[in-house]
Amino acid sequence: MLEKGAIAPDFELNATPDQKIKLKDFKGKNVILAFYPADWSPVCSDQMALYNEMLKYFSKYDAQIFGISVDSVWCHLAFEESRKLHFPLLADFEPKGAVSKAYGVYDEKVGESKRALFVIDKEGKIAWSYLAPVAVNPGADGILDALEELNKK
Amino acid sequence: MSTLKPEINDKDHIQGDDSASVTIVEFGDYQCPYCGDAYPIMKEIEETFGHQIKFVFRHFPLANAHQYAFPAAIAAEAAALQGKFWEMHDALYENQYRLNAELFDELAETIGLDLEQFQKDSTSEEIKSIIEDNFDSGIRSGVNGTPSFYVNGAKFDGGAADLYQMLKESTE
Repeated sequence: MLEKGAIAPDFELNATPDQKIKLKDFKGKNVILAFYPADWSPVCSDQMALYNEMLKYFSKYDAQIFGISVDSVWCHLAFEESRKLHFPLLADFEPKGAVSKAYGVYDEKVGESKRALFVIDKEGKIAWSYLAPVAVNPGADGILDALEELNKK
Repeated sequence: MSTLKPEINDKDHIQGDDSASVTIVEFGDYQCPYCGDAYPIMKEIEETFGHQIKFVFRHFPLANAHQYAFPAAIAAEAAALQGKFWEMHDALYENQYRLNAELFDELAETIGLDLEQFQKDSTSEEIKSIIEDNFDSGIRSGVNGTPSFYVNGAKFDGGAADLYQMLKESTE
């Protein structure tokens, strides 16, 4: 797993069937990457639902959050609609898990991303990373602490 | 290990003995079905362990996922201004299955609030910011979903039933 200080590998992934997100387009902004195993986990303990409530906190720190899993764009689209998510979910779908692998957070055995968080600074460097046990939703306190730290610089 | 931030203070809604040795804080959402399931278990915990327990509730409404979560938290805080936070808290969970926009006034009348005052207070910015402060405290404390429990300031890794079991074992 990539650690603090590493350059965040660039990527280009679909957020919707006809919209691609390039990491390098977000230089000058803090970026949060939340890799997670799969869409459609139980509602109330759902990590993405939590981040959805926190968008104004993230924007306060000039940060954009992306969820990333190996689900397809269509699956993400249905999931976003169902959970009323207001931030992009990226499809690490083809070649499967390539971005997750580049960040060192792909689980080869189950063929899903691990549950991992990265905070990337405005220059594109990893400022903080965290790997959570797959069954445990890591919350958001670590992300906020990392963003706060960046703000102090 | 995540800990409660800020610590319990005079802005909190606290039930139980000041001298209790165990303080339980719940971060909850009035529309969350898992919190609804936890509600009777929390009652049972309070009954079973009586004076040993102090119970604090902080709001953690997942407002995007649950359309009535924030309004319900407002109703509880508006009731608090008339000294009836816990009455409204209980009524909200007991009527969670029929939660809707009309329910709040009905519950306010049932628990004997001054309805006009209740409606007026429900629009107050101050109440809104109390709930936002609660949510903020949850985020800072590492809440990752609802309900989340803290026992004597430390995050408890489990639900209400696990909490009951833990208390039972530790008091045996």
